[in-house]
Amino acid sequence: MRAIGIVLAGGSNHRMDVLSQKRAVCAMPIAGSYRSIDFTLSNMSNSHIQKVAVLTQYNAGSLNEHLNSSKWWDFGRKQGGLYVLTPAVTADNSNWYRGTADAIYQNLSFLKKSHEPYVVIANGDCVYKMDFNKILEYHIDKKADITVVCADLPKGTSPERYGTIRMNEECRIEEFEEKPLKAKSNTVSCGIYVIRRRQLIEMIEKSAAEDRYDFVRDILIRYKDVKRIYGYKTKDYWRNIAEVNDYFSTNMDFLKKDVRDYFFRTYPDIYSKVDDLPPAKYNPGADVSNSLVSSGCIVNGTVEDSVVFKTSYIGNNCVIKNSIILNDVYIADNTTIENCIVESHSTIKAGSVFKGDDGIKIVVERNERYSI
Amino acid sequence: MVKKEMIAMLLAGGQGSRLGVLTSKVAKPAVAFGGKYRIIDFPLSNCINSGVDTVGVLTQYQPLRLNSHIGIGIPWDLDRNIGGVSVLPPYEKSENSEWYTGTANAIYQNLEYMESFNPEYILILSGDHIYKMDYEVMLDFHKANNADVTIAVMPVPMEEASRFGIMIADENKRITDFEEKPAHPRSNLASMGIYIFNWKTLKEAFLALKDQPNLDFGKHVIPYCHENDKPLYAYEFNGYWKDVGTLSSYWEANMELIDIVPEFNLYEEYWKIYTKSEIQPPQFFSKESKIERSIIGEGSEIYGEVYNSVIGCGVTIGAGTVVKDSIIMNQTTIGDNCELNKAIIAEETKIGNNVKLGVGEEAENDTAPHIYNHGLVTVGEKSFIPDGICVGKNSVVFGETTAADYEDGILASGKTLIKAGDE
Repeated sequence: MRAIGIVLAGGSNHRMDVLSQKRAVCAMPIAGSYRSIDFTLSNMSNSHIQKVAVLTQYNAGSLNEHLNSSKWWDFGRKQGGLYVLTPAVTADNSNWYRGTADAIYQNLSFLKKSHEPYVVIANGDCVYKMDFNKILEYHIDKKADITVVCADLPKGTSPERYGTIRMNEECRIEEFEEKPLKAKSNTVSCGIYVIRRRQLIEMIEKSAAEDRYDFVRDILIRYKDVKRIYGYKTKDYWRNIAEVNDYFSTNMDFLKKDVRDYFFRTYPDIYSKVDDLPPAKYNPGADVSNSLVSSGCIVNGTVEDSVVFKTSYIGNNCVIKNSIILNDVYIADNTTIENCIVESHSTIKAGSVFKGDDGIKIVVERNERYSI
Repeated sequence: MVKKEMIAMLLAGGQGSRLGVLTSKVAKPAVAFGGKYRIIDFPLSNCINSGVDTVGVLTQYQPLRLNSHIGIGIPWDLDRNIGGVSVLPPYEKSENSEWYTGTANAIYQNLEYMESFNPEYILILSGDHIYKMDYEVMLDFHKANNADVTIAVMPVPMEEASRFGIMIADENKRITDFEEKPAHPRSNLASMGIYIFNWKTLKEAFLALKDQPNLDFGKHVIPYCHENDKPLYAYEFNGYWKDVGTLSSYWEANMELIDIVPEFNLYEEYWKIYTKSEIQPPQFFSKESKIERSIIGEGSEIYGEVYNSVIGCGVTIGAGTVVKDSIIMNQTTIGDNCELNKAIIAEETKIGNNVKLGVGEEAENDTAPHIYNHGLVTVGEKSFIPDGICVGKNSVVFGETTAADYEDGILASGKTLIKAGDE
C-alpha cells in the first residue's frame, strides 16, 4: 500500500453520557465481541496499510489495554507497525492536543519519517468495512488534494452532530458545514480522509503557525475553495456510534442477518483482541431469542432482542429485553432489565428492576460481587 | 549460553485409531474438543501456565491441521525469542533414516534439539488427555525427592486398574515395581504418561537402548532406569484427567462440560486454556430458537433447538432442527427440520434438510464395533449428507455422499458408509 494510516482516537464526547466516563469513544464495545476502533484498524490492515498511528488523549486506559499488542490486527511487522501516540511534554511543547490538526502537528515527525506518498486519516468511532485502496484510486483519479469519504444518512436521522457536505456534479465539495444548527444536506462526512503526505505536512505546519488546531474547521473548511477537495460517497453500511441512541441502534443492527453476514461472514474479517474465553454456556432455564451472546457468558435466564457482551452472567429467572449488556456484568437472580444499556463490570443485585420507559436508560451499578 | 531448566517434549504423532473417522484426516491431538478447543490445547496451555516456555511437539501422522494450529505458538504465548514451540517431524539422516517407531524413539531422534537448550530436566507429555496440571509442582516434587525419574500417577478404581500401567510405590512414593495392564493389580496408581527425567539419566538410557526396536518409555526406558537402581518416584495427581482415546470417552468428556458446575471448569479466571481463535463474532439465536444445557462457540447461528450439546464455532443450525446430546464441530452447517441424537459431527460438514441422525433400534456396527458403539452416530469432516436421509445408531458416514448411497434414503443402525479418507 502506498499510504500510512492515522486514527484520531483522542476525543471525549458528552453525547455518550456516562458511558464515556470510563473510556474513550473509540474503545466502546460493539456487536458483542469487538470495540469500535477494531473496524478502522481492521479496514486499514485489510487494505494493506502497514504503518498506523493511533492518536489518543482522552481517557485512554481501556483503549491502551485493547491496543496492548499490534498482532491482533496483523500490525506486528518489522516494516511499519502500530504506533500509539499520546501527547508528550517536550523541550518546546507542554500542551495537550488542542485539536485534531494539533494532534497531527505534535507528531509530525511520524509523517516526516515515513516514505509512503499518501496518508489515510480516519476516526475510530465508526462501524464500517472499507477498502481504502478504492478511495486512494479515486483520489488519484480526481487529482484531488484531499478526498473526504461521505455517506447519506438514513431518513429520519438528524445530521446536526455531523459535518454536512454539498458536492457539485463532479463530486467537488462546495459546501462543508460543521455541526450545523439547520442542515442543508443529509450527506455527512464520515471522518475519513485521503491526502498526499507532503501536502498534509505543509497544511498542518501552516495551520500551527497561525495557531489553528482543528482539521475540519481550519483545513477542510478553510481550504475548500482553494484546494481540490472531493467527496467519495460510500453506499455501504456506515454508522457513527458517538451518541447513545446511535450506539444502541448500531448494536441492535447486528441482530439483522444481512448486517451479520456482511461483517462476520464476508471476507475480509474484522479483527479484535483475542480474549481466550471459553464458549458461552446455557444452563437449564435459559431462554434466548433474537439475541447475540458472546463467549464466556453463562446464561440461566431469559434474553430477548438483546446483545450480551463477553463474560456476563445472567442469573435464574432474569428477564433481559431489548437491552445491551456490556462486558463482565453480573446479573443476580430474578432481575428484570428492559430498554437499558448496562455498563461493563456492573453487579446487579437480585430482584432488581431497570426499565427505560422513555428512551434508553444507562445502568451503572457498583455492588459487591461474591460469586464467580 | 542458552540454559532452560526444564523443557517439554509433547508426543503428538499418534493416529488415535479408536476415534474412527474423526482421525482419518487429522492426528488425534488436533481433534476438536469442548466447542472451540483442540485436544493439544490442554497440554500446551498447561506448559505455559506452568512456566515451561520451551516445547518440542513431535508430529508424524497427518500433521497439516496440527501444524497450522500451532503455527509459531502465538495463542499460547509460545512465540519466544529463545525457546518457544518447535514442531519436530521425523527427518532424513545420512544413514538409518526412519519414522518415529516408538514414543521414546521419537524423543531419541531429537536429542540434538533438547541438547541445544542445555536443560536439567525433560518433561515428557502426550497430546491426548484433557486435564489441568501444574508441571512446576511436579518438578518441585521431583527435586525434593532427588529423583531421577518422576512419573505422574492417578488413583483409579481398583476394578479398572487392570486397564492401565500400574505403579507400585512405597510410603515415600518411591516406585518399587510396575506392571503393564496386570490381571491382578497390586496398586491402583495408574501412570498418566507424564514423566520428568533428569536430562543426564535420560541421555544415558537412550545411548544404552538406542538399538532397541520400537523404543518405548513404558516398555523399555522406565524398566531400564529401574534396573539400574535410579530413584523412580510416583507423583500423585488428584485433579480431573480424562483420556479421550475412544469415541465414547470423547463424547462423555464433552458432555461433562455442560454440567451446571462442571468438574472440569473452563470458566476459572486462572489457568486459562488457550486456543487459536479464527472466529470472533458473538453467537446468534433466532426468535424461534431454544437452548438448554449446552455450550456454544463463537459466531454460531442457532435457528433451531439445541439441548445437552457441545457446539463449536461458526456452526449454523437450521430452523425446526432439534439437536440432542450431540457434538458439532467448527464450521458445520445443519439444514432445516433435522433431528440429531447422540451425533458426533466433525468439522466443515454439511447436512441437508429433513435429515435424521441416530434414530431407530441399536445394532452392532458391522465393520468396527469396538470403535462405533454406545449408540453414537459419527460423521467425518467435510462430509455431505443430502436432504431427507435417515441414519441409524452405531453408524458412520464419511465423505460427500449422495442420495444414491442410501437405500430408500436410509442408512440402518450399525452400517458404515465411508467415501473418503484412508480407511
